[in-house]
Amino acid sequence: MNDESRIKRQEARGVKKSAKLLSKESGARGYGNPVQSIKKTIWNKKVECMNKKDMHALQSERLISLVHRVYNHVPFYRKKMNEMGLKPSDIQSIDDIVKLPFTYKNDLRDNYPFNLFAVPMHDIVRVHASSGTTGKPTTVGYTKTDIENWKEVVARCLTMAGIGKEDIMQISYGYGLFTGGLGVHYGAEAVGCSVIPISGGNTRRQLQLMSDFGSTVLACTPSYALHLADALSENGYSLNDMKLKTGVFGAEPWTENMRIELEKKWGIKAHDIYGLSEIMGPGVATDCAYHAGLHIHEDHFYPEIVHPQTKESLPEGTEGELVFTTLTKEGIPLLRYNTRDLSTLNHQPCTCGRTSVRMKKITGRSDDMLIIRGVNLFPSQIEHVLLEMGETSAHYMLYVDRANNLDTLELKVELDETQLTDTIRDLQNLSRKIEQALNSAIGLHVKVTLVEPKTIARSEGKAVRVVDNRKK
Amino acid sequence: MTISQLSVFLENKTGYLNQVLAVLAKHNINIIALTVADTSDYGILRAIVSDPQKALDALREEQFSVRIHDILSIEMDAAPGTMSHILDLFTAADICIEYVYAFSFGSKSILILRTDNQNKSIEVIKSNHLKSISEADLK
Repeated sequence: MNDESRIKRQEARGVKKSAKLLSKESGARGYGNPVQSIKKTIWNKKVECMNKKDMHALQSERLISLVHRVYNHVPFYRKKMNEMGLKPSDIQSIDDIVKLPFTYKNDLRDNYPFNLFAVPMHDIVRVHASSGTTGKPTTVGYTKTDIENWKEVVARCLTMAGIGKEDIMQISYGYGLFTGGLGVHYGAEAVGCSVIPISGGNTRRQLQLMSDFGSTVLACTPSYALHLADALSENGYSLNDMKLKTGVFGAEPWTENMRIELEKKWGIKAHDIYGLSEIMGPGVATDCAYHAGLHIHEDHFYPEIVHPQTKESLPEGTEGELVFTTLTKEGIPLLRYNTRDLSTLNHQPCTCGRTSVRMKKITGRSDDMLIIRGVNLFPSQIEHVLLEMGETSAHYMLYVDRANNLDTLELKVELDETQLTDTIRDLQNLSRKIEQALNSAIGLHVKVTLVEPKTIARSEGKAVRVVDNRKK
Repeated sequence: MTISQLSVFLENKTGYLNQVLAVLAKHNINIIALTVADTSDYGILRAIVSDPQKALDALREEQFSVRIHDILSIEMDAAPGTMSHILDLFTAADICIEYVYAFSFGSKSILILRTDNQNKSIEVIKSNHLKSISEADLK
């Protein structure tokens, strides 16, 4: 049999069956009153409340189609699978996912910018990028269908948080290459919110518009939400000036205590929206009114938990690294992408009626990545900038703190004696130059302090480069 | 025309300056003039000492960041208006002064200065017949 035609048939088989399952589901989507007099509490009941058997079948069909797509269109995966002696036909159901290779952040860097894309550029309608580990950003691409799916999952998240078309939503995530702003934006429009795309920063203006426009929903990082709350009085506002009732916070890990604190400070309901650009952006999962873990949109993002060292699959309820396979992604589909976020999974149906698998709120990571004001930062990025400049030693210590609920970064770096002159100005110029280089490389302001050579502790084995003083 | 000045990087820590001075004392090095330029995080100690090379070696031995720079030194008459007159000459030559300090050595009054153009400054000193001071004059 002709190889190509067989491949096409197999790809089509996956797609056709998925389509069949979906047509069943879309038939049932017109539940309730079409005029929607009752407020929608579940955006896509058919999928979000699907029984495990049907979900298993849907995921299986989608995985089969996905594996064919990446094998045929992404040389990186074809090579990996060939090396493992794996053919697309070896994948017969979602249970076979454990046979597939993992993908790591480094793989995205190594294939910068577009080599992991599974479609030609003319099918890509959007590119986002986040800072990578060593200077080069991590790039992701979306097809029209990807954007539609993204909109769909964010709409599910927002509906889960009780947000609807009567809401005025202030999106204070950054718009631009960062997925936060635009990601939430389309979902918010889909549920019919009046969207205020204010983007991040400018606290005074945030509060002014929140008051003047009567925003009922705030979407931003939890630390920025806390900062805004604390800035109310000094900007002449009180809670009485605000109509806020819901917060959709994400892009950085935050604890249950912080959620309670935010709810108290703002007098709102706060929800955690989880996501990462490699998988989609915000909207991979969110918590419902019961806050009993985050519902993962598992028809699009198939989760697994693996052991941080052995990478073996771990049973339900055991903590490990969270891994996602992008079942429907066309632009940059990823097999078993290891997020390095630590979590556990729970397959029990939720009190809210959803059957989708839930992940525990992320509280830690298995690598040294820091999340500073929603921006991912690896200490190695700092090192890379310092080495590239070559004007200081590469011995440094990064101090992370939180002032007025905003993350601050201070870098202490050892002065190289050859850079010592007799004028303060030269030293100040040097620190400023490092600050500027860091700012352009990682997009964050870092206060640079020069310290005496050989005063930063040398450690044997793994160097301690970061002191994180942020309170929990 | 120039004199050797020690520049020592000082972190803003209690007792740090004393540590530098203790090293110099231990090696029997005399401090002829000293000034500290400070910021909130660190400073630079600038000093004219009896034996700059020995001081450099001793401080490096103790892990301090230290360098020697050649800077301008001029002997002044001990009379009102002398320093003002000298600085006028530099201003007239469009030379910017980065820092300056002055001290007495025996009967001599000495001006130390760093400008934004060392070569042009030396021209000014020569053409105006100003008297330069070297290490030998401070023995």
